[in-house]
This record gives sequence, structure tokens and C-alpha cells, in this order.
Amino acid sequence: MIDTPHVDWLALSPTIALLGASAIALLGAVLVPRPAVRAFSAAITAIGFVVSAVFAGVVFDRSPDPTVLLSETMTRDQLGALAAIILALIGLVVVLVSWSDGRRDHVGEYYALLSASAAGMVFIVSASSLLTMFLALEWFSIALYILCALDTHRRESLEAGLKYLIIGSFGSGILLFGCALVYGSTGELGFSAIREATGADDPLFVTGMAMILSGLAFKVSAAPFHMWTPDVYQGAPTPVTAFMAGATKVAALVVTLRILVTAFPEQAEIWSVAVAVLAVASLVIGNLAAIAQRDVKRMLAYSSVSHAGFLLIAIAANSDDGATSLLYYLIPYVAATVGAFAVVAARERELGKPVSLSNLAGLGWERPFLGVGMWVFMLSLAGFPLTGGFLGKLFVFSAIYEAGWWWLVVIGVLATALSLAYYLNIVRALYMRPGEVAPGPVVAAGGSPPRDVLLDTAVAAGIVVTIGSFFFVQPLVDLARDAAASLPL
Amino acid sequence: MLTTLLIVVPLVAAIVVWILPLSNESTAGLALLAALAEVGLWVGGARNFDFSSQEQQYSATREWFSDLGISYSVGLYGFQYWLVGLTIVVGAAAIGYGMWAGRERPRAYFGLMLFLVGSLVGLFSSQDLLLFYVFFEAMLIPLYLLVGVWGGPQRVKATITFVLYTMFGSLLMLASVIAFGISQGTFELAEIGTSSNDWIFLGFLVAFFVKSPILPFHGWLRITYTEAPPEVTAILSGVVPKAAVFGFLWIVLPHFPGPVADFRALVLVLAAATLVYGSLLAFRQPDIRGVIAYSSMAQMGLIMFGIFAVNDLGLDGAVLHSVNHGLVSAGFFLVAGMIESRAGTGELARLGGMAKGRPALASVVMILGIFTLAVPGSTNFAGEFAVLAGVFQRGWGYAAVGAAAIVLAAMYALRLISAILHGRRASGSEDTSADLVGGELALVLPLVAILAVLSAWPALVTERSFPLDQPTSFISGQEQAP
Repeated sequence: MIDTPHVDWLALSPTIALLGASAIALLGAVLVPRPAVRAFSAAITAIGFVVSAVFAGVVFDRSPDPTVLLSETMTRDQLGALAAIILALIGLVVVLVSWSDGRRDHVGEYYALLSASAAGMVFIVSASSLLTMFLALEWFSIALYILCALDTHRRESLEAGLKYLIIGSFGSGILLFGCALVYGSTGELGFSAIREATGADDPLFVTGMAMILSGLAFKVSAAPFHMWTPDVYQGAPTPVTAFMAGATKVAALVVTLRILVTAFPEQAEIWSVAVAVLAVASLVIGNLAAIAQRDVKRMLAYSSVSHAGFLLIAIAANSDDGATSLLYYLIPYVAATVGAFAVVAARERELGKPVSLSNLAGLGWERPFLGVGMWVFMLSLAGFPLTGGFLGKLFVFSAIYEAGWWWLVVIGVLATALSLAYYLNIVRALYMRPGEVAPGPVVAAGGSPPRDVLLDTAVAAGIVVTIGSFFFVQPLVDLARDAAASLPL
Repeated sequence: MLTTLLIVVPLVAAIVVWILPLSNESTAGLALLAALAEVGLWVGGARNFDFSSQEQQYSATREWFSDLGISYSVGLYGFQYWLVGLTIVVGAAAIGYGMWAGRERPRAYFGLMLFLVGSLVGLFSSQDLLLFYVFFEAMLIPLYLLVGVWGGPQRVKATITFVLYTMFGSLLMLASVIAFGISQGTFELAEIGTSSNDWIFLGFLVAFFVKSPILPFHGWLRITYTEAPPEVTAILSGVVPKAAVFGFLWIVLPHFPGPVADFRALVLVLAAATLVYGSLLAFRQPDIRGVIAYSSMAQMGLIMFGIFAVNDLGLDGAVLHSVNHGLVSAGFFLVAGMIESRAGTGELARLGGMAKGRPALASVVMILGIFTLAVPGSTNFAGEFAVLAGVFQRGWGYAAVGAAAIVLAAMYALRLISAILHGRRASGSEDTSADLVGGELALVLPLVAILAVLSAWPALVTERSFPLDQPTSFISGQEQAP
């Protein structure tokens, strides 16, 4: 009889639910009669996300104190659980957005890959050793590479998949190299074991840490590691872009936060400066580049680079408030981003071609609901009051101000001012120009495409969270604070 | 409770108007009804408002973001009550104008107008620094669309200019708000204490200067006031700059006594420059709205005199003149809209001789013009006199500039009156367009009537703006709060 270690199935349950859904959806692609594949796999995936969110909620409820599992391969704590809840809900909304995207082939695979990559993300936010972190990173990345290239009939989609694969692998390589250096220097894989084994100023160790940070910065799409972001976001199928912009950001940032404060607290003086530099670079490059964009998906890609900057500011604060503000900020950010891509997806399906600023014209009057949604999302991303985006920025700025970095507040505020230029550009396009004549044959003679109730639901959910996180900020911050409390800050 | 109601009624009405698929007429009617209900609430509230009390009235507090010490905290002192009243009255007149003008896409339009009124009321009654900022920004959301969608031919350029300027100011203020609030551990205005940090002070100063506008932050004024629909300009010139007045009175003066004293000379010089520059430009403008826009800017310079005199006369005068200026410039912009819709132009060269056959229009323009030039006996004269007497105590030079500006005001006001009403009929005024009709008079006359009441009894405002009629000690008393 071999002794098996005790496995905490509850801690794994959010991941397992998604893996299970993925497996069933994949089987369904083969076994279920062809016309029913879409309904079957979408439903299974949606159920998987709901179950995963519920399990993550249970984990959150039952893990007031962090527990290290399986010789520190993962940690069961409220940080991971909260991130898992957010990730699962993003996945659910993305399923709603994906439903009527007109995909004919690879439908089952699409949903299977979606939940598989979400499973990897749900796992990585709890990972607490170099090995599991790398494993989970590759796990969700590989699924995303395929998802990006899944529109095999579109060159842009293939290009996006290839670019993401090459540059993503490069990033993973750097990450892995860094892990190897850190392991070589300390002989440990677990995050807290690394902290205890730290050999003060070992250059090998510091180099490894820098490489790990760079590798993660690829996934966060922080400048200067963002080069892939615009092309991939633009080329990938829009629901996939929504998923990447929302979920990848959450997963990568949470794991960055976790590894930095758990494994490298002794080197905080080094990495907080490095993170601040990444943040400033992202803010400058993201915002300046976004202003020049005419393609809405591309603009939102640069916007996500700039938000990576704001979110990294929260990490650079290296404080309890910083971690709390990061987790709070993610909620309205994700809602607005996924919602915005949902509106773009709707417009794209209507027009049958990529959405640019000029063909967004008049959307606000033609589709009042989607228009208002887009308006709210842009205001939130720009940090206007009455949306959660405002309080998120405020919270991040106050955390970094308390950490004594007042100049980051100034840069953040200037970046916000710059960002208005392109966010308000979209609002202007929505409302302030006469709508173009209905382009192409895609628009039915009746004028409008059939109502997409599921997509509208997704947009409505985005609006509710974006505005709700403004008015009910304190309960959300309490949750975030509980989650941040599981970190050794 | 009443304060919350005053904020919530227009906001809820905005959502209702926007969502309910009513006909154009009923949408407009519903919006006007909400605006009038708001007036009713305010008048009703005034009856029970104890202007002599040192306590905040109709206050309400709710926990909101306690981690940062931010709460929903509203309440009113006398001067705030007048500013709220100004907002509500001008807002109702503007909404009435929108109804009369028959704006396109009425559901969105009236929803945004009500939203604007609600956020302005919230701004003037906020007792929490961050809440103030929230409303300060929130009003930009409707303004952006109101100017950009319903404005004149250059509306898009106007919105960009306007938003760039104001956001530049307000984001500087955000940095100041964060620095001030976090270093004090609370955002509650009653508890926040004082600061002697010049940079934080300057952040607020610039934001409020842009909003006023004060030289050299006035670049947005001309195009925005000209391109916005007249009723939006009425709010934009009559009410929105008062956000700066409120900010100075309730945030800057009480909480930054040191920097205020240090920078007083600079601010007063800029105010004087604004006053003279605005008046001179008003005299040179080729169209009605240009004249009123720059006259409005000049009046804001005058109000800034009163505020930064920081003495009883100056502060009382500033509040009174804020109300006066709000009513006069709102009324004038509405009338300008009515003239433009008749003549098809606002260019003075193409107007003229409109008095003939249009007695009501002529009387209204005449009366508003007379208020603008602050004829002795008018409430504007009372306000300006108090302000100048106040600033005289800080230096006779400022008062001299102010007095000179009154002469300039007479020049541009009389030029405007004669250009519109008298002289030869030009292309724009030749047609047989009618005199002001009942509906239009109903919009403008209430404003004129209030001005007349204030002229007879300016003490209604001046003696009821600050507890015990002691503005200076009341405002500086906020410093000593724990």
C-alpha cells in the first residue's frame, strides 16, 4: 500500500469543475448530433463556470486562514478563491457573448478550450510554487493560443494565434529560466520556502526574480512586454479577446502579486521600483498608442496595457491597501472591459467587418441599450465618477500615496487625462455623428439583426457591476481586504 | 432628508424620462414637472430653513467607502441653500426652454438635463470632499453630450475644448483631493482640518479657475458658450461656475488659510485682469452670445474679488453676486436663444431695430441689460458694491479696477442693447417674426422677478448666507474643527 498524501479536493474543486466541463464539452463535440453541439457544449460550459464559481465561493467561505497544500504546490486561501470567483464569472459572461457568434466549425472545441483555459487560470491564482505556477501558466496559455487561431478562415485570427504563440512562448521561456535561477540559488520551489531560503544578495537569485517578473509581465501585457497585445487582441475572435483582456489580466496580476509578496518580500525595495517602472512605461505607452488607434479592438488592447499600468501601481505599493485596491480595481475593470468587447462583438456581427471608430458611428442612437452600455464602460475605464473605475483609481492612488510615492499619483492622474482622449472619442463616435448608411448586405432589409438576448444580458451584467461597484464599494472592498489578508503583507 | 430628496428627484426623473417610451410632448412635460417639483421642494424647504442657525440643515450621512473615510454626507448652510436654489430655478427655466424649443431625441435630452441639475444640486450640498469631486465630475457627463449632440455647427470642437480644459483642472484637483484626504485620514469636510501645503492648494485653485473661468484658463469659454444650445449655456454660465465659488468658499478658504494668505495678491491680480479683459472683450464681440459670455467671465472675476478679500463684506457680496450673475446670465442666454431662433443669427451686425413692434422682447432685453450694467438700485449693484467695498480693504487699487470695470460693463451692456433693439433693421431682423410669446415670457419673467425682489431686498441673501451673518468667523471657524 502506497501512502498517498491527503488531497484537499475542495481547494481543487473550482479547477476540477471547469476541467470536467471541458472534457464533457469535448466529448460532446464528437458524440452529440451535430446540430445540437453548440447548445450542448455552451450549456455544459456555462454550468461548469457556475459550479466553479459556487465552489470557489465555498472555498472563500471556509478558508479564513490560508492553508498550504501538498508540500506547497498550492495554497488554499481567500485570495485565490476570490480571484477564482471573478474568473469563473468572466467565463460565464464570455459564454453568453460567444453564443451567437456564428461559429460553424469547432464549436465544441471552442467551448472546451474556453473552460480548459479558465481552469488553468483558476489554478494559477492558487499556485504557490514555481513549478505549479509555470505549469498553470502554460496550461491556460496553450488553450488561449488555439482559441486565438480558431477562426481558421480568417488570416488575422491565424496571425494572432501565431504571434501569441511565439511571443507567449518567449515570455514563458524567460519565466522558466527565471524559475530555474531562483531554484538553483535557493534549492526551493515553494514561494514561502524561497523566502526563508533567501541568500541575501545572490545575483543569481535577483536575476531569476527579474526574469520571473518579466515573464509574468508578458501575460499582464505590461509595457515593454506588450508588443503582442494589439495584434492578438485585434485578430482573435472578439469573445476570446474579451476573455483574454479580462481573465488573463486577473490571473496574471494575482499570481504576480502573490509571488512577489510571498517569495520575495526581502527584495521588495528592488521589485517595487521595477514594478513602478513597468507601470509608468505601460501608462505612457498604452495611453499614447491608444490615442492613435482607429480600430476599436486595437484601441481597447492599448487601453488594457494602460490599465495594466494602473494595476501594477497597486502592486508597487507593496502594502495591504495596495493588494486590496488591486483586487477591487479588477472588478469594475473586468466588467467594463468584457462589456466593451461584448458591444464590439455585437456591432461586428451586425456589420460583418471589424469595428472602427467610423463604423461605430450612430450606435448610441440605433441601439440605445448597447450604446448606453458602451458609454458606461468607457466612462468607467476613463475613471469617471458614478462608475467603479473611478473608485478603483482613487483607491490605487491613495494606496500608492500612502506608500510614499506621490509622484506615481501625479503620473497616474496625467495618464488618466490622456486616456480621456480616446475613451471620449468612442463616446463621440457613439453619439455625435450621424450614423452611416447601413453598410453591406449583412444588415437585413428590416434594419436590425435579431436581438441577441444573451449578449444583451452580458452587457447588462457589465453595466450593473460597473455602476454597482461604485455605489456598493464598501462590501466589495471588505471582500478584497479579506482576500488580501491571506497574503503575508 | 430634504437635501437627499433634492438630489435624488432629478436623478430618478432622469432615469424615468429616459426609460419610459413616452411621446415627445409627455417626455418634455414629465421633465418639466420634475423640475417644477424640485422648485416646490426648495421653496417648501426654505420655509423651515433656519438661516441664523450655526448647524448644517437637512443633513444626511451614510457610510459609503469607510476604508478611505469617505461618506455620503450632505447638508446645507445658508449660502449653499441659495446656490442650490439658483441651480433649481435656472434648471427649470432651461428645461422649459428645451421643451419650448422642441429638442430632438427628447428622452435622452431631458434625461441628461435632469441628470445635470441633480449633479449640480449634489455638488452644492456636499459635505464630503470626495463626494464634492464626484458631483464635480459627474456634471461633465451630461454636459459633454448636451453640447456635443444638441449644439451648434462646431459642437464637436466645442466639447473637446471644454472637456480638455475642465478635465485638466479636475484631474489636478483629484491629485489634491487624494493628497489632502489621505494625509488627513478623512474626506469629511467638517473634520478634515487645515493644510498649509501650497501644491495641494494650487491643485484646487487651478481646477476652480478653469471652471470659473479666470485668466489664463478661459480658452474653452467662447466656443463652448457659443456652440452649446442656449439653455445649456444658461446653466453652463449661470450655475456651473458657481461650483468654483462653492469650492473656494467651502474648501479652499476654510482649509487652506495659509496658502490663501500667501497667494492672495496673485489671485486678486488675476481676478482684476479677468475683470478688465473680459469686459474689454465683451465690448468687442460681434454676436450676442459672445458679449454675454465674456461679460459672464468678467463677473466671475468680480466674484473672485469678493471671495479672496476674505472679509464679511466681500464674502456676502460674493454670494449675492453669484446669485445675481447666475440669474442674469442665464436669462440673457435664454433670450439670446429666442432672438437667434427668430433672426436665424446672433450676429449683432445682422440684427438691429428689433424693438419696433416687439415690446415684450425689448423690455426683457432692456431689463436684463440694465441688471448687467449694475445700475444703482439693482441687486447687481448691491452685489458689486459689497464686493468692491470688501476688496477695498485689501487694497484700493483692486477697488479702482473694479470701479473701472463697472464703467466697461455699462459700455458693453448698452452696446448690446442698442445693437439688438435700436438702429437700422438688418437682414436678420427684417422678417416679421413675432414678439416673445407667452411660453417664452413664462421662462424669462420668473428670473427677472427674482432679480427684482432681490433688488428691493438684497439682504434676503446677504444676511442669510452665513450663520449670525458673520461669514469670516464662520468660515475660519471651520479651521478649528477637530
